[in-house]
Amino acid sequence: MSLPVSVRDLQLRYGDTVALDRLSFDLAAGKIYGLLGRNGSGKTSLLSVLAAFRRASGGTVLVDGEDPFENARVTRRVCLIRDNVDAEETDRVGGVLDLAARLRPDWDADYAGRLIKQFDLPLRKRVSGLSRGGRSALAVTLGLATRAPLTIFDESYLGLDAPSRYAFYQELVADYAEHPRTIILSTHLIEEVANLFEEVLIIDRGRLLVHEETDTLRQRGATITGEAGAVDAFVTGHGLEALGEKRLGGTKAVTTYGLLTDGQRREAAGAGLDIAPVGLQDLFIHLTAAGGRR
Amino acid sequence: MFDDRSPIYQQIAEKIKDEILTGALKEDEQVMSTNQYASFYRINPATAAKGFQQLVDEGVLYKKRGIGMFVSAQAREQLRGQRRERFFTEVVDAMIAEAQMIGIPLDEVVARIAAVRIPSGEVER
Repeated sequence: MSLPVSVRDLQLRYGDTVALDRLSFDLAAGKIYGLLGRNGSGKTSLLSVLAAFRRASGGTVLVDGEDPFENARVTRRVCLIRDNVDAEETDRVGGVLDLAARLRPDWDADYAGRLIKQFDLPLRKRVSGLSRGGRSALAVTLGLATRAPLTIFDESYLGLDAPSRYAFYQELVADYAEHPRTIILSTHLIEEVANLFEEVLIIDRGRLLVHEETDTLRQRGATITGEAGAVDAFVTGHGLEALGEKRLGGTKAVTTYGLLTDGQRREAAGAGLDIAPVGLQDLFIHLTAAGGRR
Repeated sequence: MFDDRSPIYQQIAEKIKDEILTGALKEDEQVMSTNQYASFYRINPATAAKGFQQLVDEGVLYKKRGIGMFVSAQAREQLRGQRRERFFTEVVDAMIAEAQMIGIPLDEVVARIAAVRIPSGEVER
């Protein structure tokens, strides 16, 4: 089971502050989405609205065709995992997992057991006694074993150390392949997880900058390097969107955004220009840097 | 594991082709399922499936319904033919251009090749 998401002109305000500014997008059911944005860009606000933790100030949000806010039919099938566990500090780890097992219709107890072993979770400990890594491990165990048709991880795995994070990515892919569902991962550690995403959404200052298939987005970025005059002539001559530039003596490197045709690539090679791909992380930095794309 | 030079699905396809060329994957041998592959390399299963589908379209792999994907009987020969065509333009010509740029006489390059040449019995396989 997977749930689709449809968002139109979504706005969220906290007093005078606009956290989300007329966002519109559709997420088809059953894919893994990456939600990228700088700190304070509105990632958590957006995910909180999708999971009905907050009510939108304007616009519409539909999860499986219904408004999720105060809608138990939807919310029991949506799981938002934040960077901390939503539990009382005095609860024991085992108790938190038992509660999820009772509340969640798709909970898989055997799978939860395997994850508890994998992440070495101390069932008898209180949540307050867990290390940062332990809290994250509990959070991702809840997120995976809930098997919610819409599962959202809001940077919830960032407290894990590198080996545990890789174990989490591996578990996520393996379990998603067996039990497809709609998954949204928000992160700013892009390099590590970029290959998990089928589609990527980038938000900046509450607005949607990009929503694209990961492979297509990857091909949109290029760094064109060569003699400064030739680089400028090529970039302006083809009307390419420049995201940033660097100069070293007579050499210039311009990062552009837009698919280059084979003809343009041949022309650049003929003019002695080097065209290099731009990784998703670098593309993200260029797109969201101060004074970046609007 | 994968880089940004080309779409990931193409890199997956290339990696499997390399395994067939080196003989790590034999003809009519079953390849990993796309889900196993995705989990192993921590990539999106849809991306892995796209890479495998490209190999099916090219005739390098074939599907057996409900069982999985296998290496085609003529896959290795087909791939060797394609790589041979690219070898002189992509490897030899590039080497000659580099040698000329840095001033190494081609005679020296030829002498070097003669010196490191593998005994002919091992070349023909």
